[in-house]
Amino acid sequence: MSDTPATKSGFSLRGPGMSKFLEVYGIILVVVVMMLVLAVIKPEVFLSAQNLTNILKQNASLALLALGMYVVIVTAGIDLSVGSIMGLSMVCLAVASKAGVPWPIVLLIGPAIGLLVGWVNGVGLTVLKLPHPFIMTLGTLNVARGLTYLISNGAPISGLQPEVRFIGQAYFGFGMAPPAGIPASMLLVAVCAIGLWFFLEKTNMGRHIFAIGGNPHAARVSGINVDRTLVVVYMISGFMAGLSGLLLAGRTDSGFPNAGIGIELDAIAAVIIGGASFFGGRGTVLGVLAGVLIMGILRNGLNINNVSAFWQQILIGLVIIIAVYIDVLRRRAAVRR
Amino acid sequence: MAAMLLEAKGISKYFGAITALRDVNFHVAPGEVLGVVGDNGAGKSTLMKILSGLFTPSEGELVFNGAPVKFGSPKDAQKLGIEMVYQDFALAGNMPIYENIYLGREPGTKFGPLTIVDHKRSRQMATDHLDRLHIHVKSVEQNTEDLSGGQRQAVAIARATAFDAKLVIMDEPTAALAIKEVGKVLDLVRSLKEHGVAVIIISHRMDDIFYCCDRVMALYQGTNFAEAELTQTSRNEVIGWIMGTKGHTATLAHDNMH
Repeated sequence: MSDTPATKSGFSLRGPGMSKFLEVYGIILVVVVMMLVLAVIKPEVFLSAQNLTNILKQNASLALLALGMYVVIVTAGIDLSVGSIMGLSMVCLAVASKAGVPWPIVLLIGPAIGLLVGWVNGVGLTVLKLPHPFIMTLGTLNVARGLTYLISNGAPISGLQPEVRFIGQAYFGFGMAPPAGIPASMLLVAVCAIGLWFFLEKTNMGRHIFAIGGNPHAARVSGINVDRTLVVVYMISGFMAGLSGLLLAGRTDSGFPNAGIGIELDAIAAVIIGGASFFGGRGTVLGVLAGVLIMGILRNGLNINNVSAFWQQILIGLVIIIAVYIDVLRRRAAVRR
Repeated sequence: MAAMLLEAKGISKYFGAITALRDVNFHVAPGEVLGVVGDNGAGKSTLMKILSGLFTPSEGELVFNGAPVKFGSPKDAQKLGIEMVYQDFALAGNMPIYENIYLGREPGTKFGPLTIVDHKRSRQMATDHLDRLHIHVKSVEQNTEDLSGGQRQAVAIARATAFDAKLVIMDEPTAALAIKEVGKVLDLVRSLKEHGVAVIIISHRMDDIFYCCDRVMALYQGTNFAEAELTQTSRNEVIGWIMGTKGHTATLAHDNMH
């Protein structure tokens, strides 16, 4: 790990150890710096327990979507359908909850719908051999959203069972006065992130996902069932989207058919800002979480400084461009070696 | 003659109306290095794809260690120890050397369909294996995209031989290499031979063939054209075979090249 060819080729200004460190943890530094800046500008607001808890709670759904999207982007794919999966999951579980379906089953509806749509995405991509996942998931984006409107008749459905709301609303105070505390949704994100990290780094299928992103031909001739692996990848993304629908439904106590419109783009942005390569094969779970936090803190910081929402969007757009430009520079440096 | 490792008897392969191979016979012995030459479209790669399990022959049979075999996929061939090294190396550049060597066959603990990869053991196995082959890399943790062409080829060969390979098929092993690295890779082929591994080299480069092969066979328009022990032939004769001519003198064949 400590010596790569970079040491020899006069590229040692930043040693490979340092560049590897920055590649993995540089993004965390960005989060810390943003928090420090906001803490200095608005210490009494930004650092309040309520505000910090809010940031975590508001971004939990996005974090789940981004984790799923990350797995897809590692294979150099894209999943545009996650926002629609989220909406469809919310509406379906809200209908079931209102109809008096036992709550343990209602909890499973969101993730199950996610798995199903993800399976359709994966099969469409690999069996129909559509030229790019963009097309298949653009199709399911529309299909799932249309179903969402059909099922809900275009109107929000509110009033869920308390057990269904739990994961989206509960707090664990740990001695802090409400509304501060650790939201249950954040614990769910933590569990998913650790589980995904383990899957990607420590299991053969996780490594195959990276190999597919790096060189699909190499994966194929190594005996990896690329198509089956890709189906699993899109099912993971769908599952996370369904779970994130469950969170949002719990937090808002409703299933509203417009939920998650356009949020797939936020998820993609978070993954890219977090340092994953759009060309596949590169990224870290930690980076994805940092990417979500960077977007969340940026929005929060602009909010508490009374900057208009229009400016927020402009800034996030610029951050995406800068983040990918850094990736381009990094690749160019790698080629020069 | 020693017992054959792999034989092909009367192999034909049709793609629709096109005949890619017609009644081709072929054999390779353990520890033998066989050069296969032929012009583009002569059927070299079709034959190799049949031997490595990617294609099934339309007619004819494969005999491995004296027993007839049928390959449904490259995995079947791999199980018998037949491995292919691709011209483009087929490595995942974003992954370290040791993961590339064991890609698809990771050591670890099985849990149903998943294997929990033992990265530590994998690194150690890779280091030991590379040592055995006298391949020197700074660290098995290096990503293969950071390696030179020759080093990548060495890693690809290491992957092919990681699991008790009996036969390694190499498609144009030196085509993508810098000249100074060609010798190292060919020496590696020789060391495989010393380990008793049979090697088939498909190459256009007479230097490669005459540096490390024991025998050379030429295909021409999908049929066996000529074949000889290396000591019984010359570069120019082999070049003549590639162009479908026999019995020309050295000078004539050479003139034809220009």
